[in-house]
Amino acid sequence: MNNIYVYCEIEDGIVADVSLELLTKGRSLAATLGCKLEAVAIGHSLDKIDEQIFPYGADVLHVFDDARLSPYTSLPHTVILVKLFGQEKPQIALMGATSIGRDLGPRVSSALGSGLTADCTSLEIGDHEEKKENKVYKNLLYQIRPAFGGNIVATIINPECRPQMATVREGVMKKEVLNPSAKGEVKIHNVSRYVSDSDFAVSVIERRMEKSKTNIKGSPIIVAGGYGVGSKENFQLLYELAAVIGGEVGASRAAVDAGFVEHERQIGQTGVTVRPKLYIACGISGQIQHVAGMQESSIIISVNNDPNAPINAIADYVITGSVEETLPKMIKYYKNNTK
Amino acid sequence: MSLKIIVLAKQVPDTRNVGKDAMKADGTVNRAALPAIFNPEDLNALEQALRLKDAHPGTTVTLLTMGPGRAAEIIREGLYRGADGGYLLTDRAFAGADTLATSYALSMAIRKIAAYDLIICGRQAIDGDTAQVGPQVAEKLGLSQITYTEAVLKVENGTITAKRRLERGVEIVETKLPTLITVNGSAPDCRPRNARYVQKYKHAKTVTEKQEADADYTHLFSHRPYLNLQEWSVADVKADVVQCGLSGSPTKVKKIENIVFHAKESKTMAPTDNAIDELMKELITNHTIG
Repeated sequence: MNNIYVYCEIEDGIVADVSLELLTKGRSLAATLGCKLEAVAIGHSLDKIDEQIFPYGADVLHVFDDARLSPYTSLPHTVILVKLFGQEKPQIALMGATSIGRDLGPRVSSALGSGLTADCTSLEIGDHEEKKENKVYKNLLYQIRPAFGGNIVATIINPECRPQMATVREGVMKKEVLNPSAKGEVKIHNVSRYVSDSDFAVSVIERRMEKSKTNIKGSPIIVAGGYGVGSKENFQLLYELAAVIGGEVGASRAAVDAGFVEHERQIGQTGVTVRPKLYIACGISGQIQHVAGMQESSIIISVNNDPNAPINAIADYVITGSVEETLPKMIKYYKNNTK
Repeated sequence: MSLKIIVLAKQVPDTRNVGKDAMKADGTVNRAALPAIFNPEDLNALEQALRLKDAHPGTTVTLLTMGPGRAAEIIREGLYRGADGGYLLTDRAFAGADTLATSYALSMAIRKIAAYDLIICGRQAIDGDTAQVGPQVAEKLGLSQITYTEAVLKVENGTITAKRRLERGVEIVETKLPTLITVNGSAPDCRPRNARYVQKYKHAKTVTEKQEADADYTHLFSHRPYLNLQEWSVADVKADVVQCGLSGSPTKVKKIENIVFHAKESKTMAPTDNAIDELMKELITNHTIG
């Protein structure tokens, strides 16, 4: 009772990275709170799913296995979580801020009357004092997220309602195996006691999942462009530099919104979080919404006309100049001085 | 078949173009410095509704928005682009609502509208980026949902077929009406204003706005009933005031902070040949690149 629950996303029998990242985070929160960590797997052909989940520190795994539960649809997964949470009364429930978690989370929260905070960048445990009522809440989940387009950062709490629900994007938390041979308790649930036929209101008639064309998350070098790059044409310079030094092209939200580059390459609060060895920020002003997704890069170079661009504060090297002038020089030097 | 469509739309501060004066000295957001706009993905949602109206004669598109009095602009903007009417949900008691209290209020207004086949809204609003209100409204109304919609492919025999755009692919799904769909920014842009509708609706006003309206136009409102925009309070939609606004919000903001960057000591240079060569040499030597 009153444990931490993580909803595990499963595609083709593989638990999503974001879920393993949340299990890792959930493990450390559970240690702080002195409670258990429980995982929920909903889908089909899940007989060996425990092997992927227990190494990340879950104490208990709830399995709901039924052909109709895969691929994911909103209503059956919602009703399972709502009933399970109703029985088990978790204090915290976490899920990925993915197209599944962001479809499922709000529905579950609405059914339970529980608060949900989307896209948290940090989760901590702390107390809260309600001075007006002279009341102290112990060990709440601090749900920390950029707000208002990423211009401020807010700490959100749910003092009264349980579970305290939060979603987190892929890559924001770090996944870490606690013990590769760990085992825990598996609870196999009878699906028909949770769902009814009317829950299968939406049918998936076609599904085409593609491998991502870009590998921004795994790239050791990222050349990222912002609105300051100016045009889709100027972005070619970034592609050229990235190709020459062996990196991927990323972008800020402003550059994506302006249509300079596809959404897949967006880095930041509403895109991907990256931790490359080298991050070259071209014409990026450095709104927190972007910085939140790249500040852990080892070396940051900022190329910007504006000497006061906020991103310069976290950069190791600041080149005060235009992208058109700077990048060709970098490309030229690299080509001339490496084999 | 003709459809009754409700489009949920929000007026939002344009957080995408935040200038240096957007934050006040005390660290709070200076909303006055940000223009109020039609939430971009709600425009994509409106376009999906208008396309259904084009394809299914007799279809009506009704906007529903919640906000302060000036949010009536959202309804007019929708009318200018082809919507048929709209409701403004406005009351001090709605203020401070989180997504759950917002979806409760909207669901009560939708219950009052009563007749609908389809509810369409944007995936998320740019001031919150939560994408929660759509699914929460669906849950409160006991409806199925199709989120991340890029296109409604067809509506036939009471069944809607839609294409969803997900992180790593697309899905074609179908469900029976009534349902709620949320529309992505990757869906087609909204059509522009139509000059004829601008002429027709430019004097459309809510009760509150009418009190401030130029006396020359007051006679219009009785001759042309479509110029009267409905304004609803908590009581009008029979909402429980405790479930609205701040008191109906399980989430509380404990703290708001300005962003503090972990500033590094940085080396600043001009893009001269020498400086760039030195930098590249250093990066190659320490195996950061190459």
